[in-house]
Amino acid sequence: MNRFIGSRFPRRNFLAGAGIAAIGVSFSRKAWSEEEKKLNVYNWDTYIGETTLQTFTDKTGIEVQYDLYANNEELFAKLKAGNPGYDVIFPSDYMIETMIALNMLEPVDHAKIPNLVNINPAKPFSDPTYNPGLKYGVPYMWGTVGIGYRKSKVPEPTSWGVLLDSSEYAGRIALLADARMVMGLALKYLGYSMNSKSEAEINQARDLLIKQKPNIKAFAPDNGQDLLLSGEVDLVMEWNGDIISVEEEDDDIAYAVPKEGTNVWTDNVCIPVGAPHPENAHAFLNHLLDKDVALEIATTIHYATSNKAAQAELPAELLNDPAIYPPEEVIANSESLTDVGDFTPVYDKAWTEVQAA
Amino acid sequence: MEDWRKNKLVFWILYLPPTAWLVLFFTIPLAIVWVYSFGERGPLGQTEIAISFANYIRSMEWTNLYIILKSIWIATVTTAICLLIGFPLAMGIAFASARYRNVLLLLVILPFWTNLLVRTYAWIAILRTNGHVNWFLEWVHGLLAGVFGLLGMPDVLGTFEPLQLLYNQKAVIIGLVYVNLPFVVLPLYATLEKLDKSFLEASLDLGAGQWRTLFSVTAPLAWPGIVTAAMLCFILSLGTYLTPDLLGGPDSVMIGNLIAQQFGPSRDWPFGSALSFLLMYVTFILLWIRAFAARGEKGKLH
Repeated sequence: MNRFIGSRFPRRNFLAGAGIAAIGVSFSRKAWSEEEKKLNVYNWDTYIGETTLQTFTDKTGIEVQYDLYANNEELFAKLKAGNPGYDVIFPSDYMIETMIALNMLEPVDHAKIPNLVNINPAKPFSDPTYNPGLKYGVPYMWGTVGIGYRKSKVPEPTSWGVLLDSSEYAGRIALLADARMVMGLALKYLGYSMNSKSEAEINQARDLLIKQKPNIKAFAPDNGQDLLLSGEVDLVMEWNGDIISVEEEDDDIAYAVPKEGTNVWTDNVCIPVGAPHPENAHAFLNHLLDKDVALEIATTIHYATSNKAAQAELPAELLNDPAIYPPEEVIANSESLTDVGDFTPVYDKAWTEVQAA
Repeated sequence: MEDWRKNKLVFWILYLPPTAWLVLFFTIPLAIVWVYSFGERGPLGQTEIAISFANYIRSMEWTNLYIILKSIWIATVTTAICLLIGFPLAMGIAFASARYRNVLLLLVILPFWTNLLVRTYAWIAILRTNGHVNWFLEWVHGLLAGVFGLLGMPDVLGTFEPLQLLYNQKAVIIGLVYVNLPFVVLPLYATLEKLDKSFLEASLDLGAGQWRTLFSVTAPLAWPGIVTAAMLCFILSLGTYLTPDLLGGPDSVMIGNLIAQQFGPSRDWPFGSALSFLLMYVTFILLWIRAFAARGEKGKLH
């Protein structure tokens, strides 16, 4: 059912139709000791386990009000002018960097989160560059951007060149309508960093895309998986979760990450500045990191968990799915997006030129 | 009767709420956007208040100007098609017998009861490669191929190639015409319905044919309605964002999408504000031309 509306919501559209819960947000700010038994959570759509909130309330007696957003920009815009009352948010890597720089995140008190030991000890999770020492939050789920393709029409793509530098599949290609991602993966194909701060490199990526444009059918606003499923295109650049969700409907669809590497994104659980219930928020962070809770989340939403203890107990069909847990060498070649600061307008200009060309 | 304006209490009670509403929710937000448009983007995407024309200069760069001009062109084509379809439709409704008029009018308004997003997705289902249009064409093709087969020419039509109807400029215009048609039909209907039918009868009685009556009598009398309908359609099409986003191809970016990009991922609110104001200036100029034309007409009548 979410083919129609749900697909407007990016990458989290696993389970059809989670009800949209409008919440009334509490503005009161009491001392920590006498904190009321309430928590306001702001998360992506369909991005939590089925029992996560209930088990939290059962355990702590804290009532959770749950609200949804569709992308990092929406989250940012909502908190930019001051926190309207949220206690827990789920920003992605590059957004955390920006929010830290703008003093929008509260440091988390590690002493109150004993379940931190469950986090995957690998550096991208335990000590990421965008959030050194996990000072401002803890990792949640992670994933990749890759190529969704129709097996009967296209052999497994091994390079971004199939999408970005070839007329072999003219008119059967869709790319994400995401400036940083498309520009970044073009940079990656050319052998540069996705976060390049060189105008010459960015212009080279721009020229590549302009040259490829006649072969591209659409820049899909987060509905590339639907284009693939309906046979509109045979190759799409998409988030892994979106392709996995349509693989379940159509055996002929598969997901591959090219050899040049890709974007690895990580979403995190953070406490925004001005959170009315920071004590409860810490309890919630600890709850999410609990092995059983994380396991239930990972088996429900099919994204890769950054919780090592939960990952160890995942069913084999999830754990061995390269679309969810890509091979080590793919990860080694990949990057996460960082905020390019002053360079954002350069990317934006190049992207506009691609679209107007 | 006493003029209600002279009763101070009544006047203020009636006057204050709408004024407060307009100031709070229209003038102030607009003023903020206007101030932003002279600001600068901080390195982290903050909006820094300044007095700089850089955003306006940037919006005049060829790439941005091209998108603005293309948007104007698409809106113009949409308006022309809407008028071509809408005028006969409005005439049909206005001249229909009273029994059917309300039903026909309802049919024009009915699509508004469904969300625009859903209606646009419906167009995707109609136009896509495996959509309803291509399904129908393939069916006709199969039928014809069968007939030719019986006639002993089995391969004369070749295999069916689905038409590429979606993700291009044509799809955007189809979508825009569909969305804006009611906004053209309703003002045209309002004008045509009020039109004194005896003028048309006089024209026909005095020997003018149907076409001559249409162009020399009906159209000039309905002119204010035509202008209003055209303006409404043009302004709505010019600022559109959803239709090119969902139905358009890689070439279909319009100014609305450019603005959305600035307020969203690029986090360049000052530039987005400048673009929004440019869009508004175009609208203001059109309204001014409209007002000017209206004054001219009045002058003619007196």
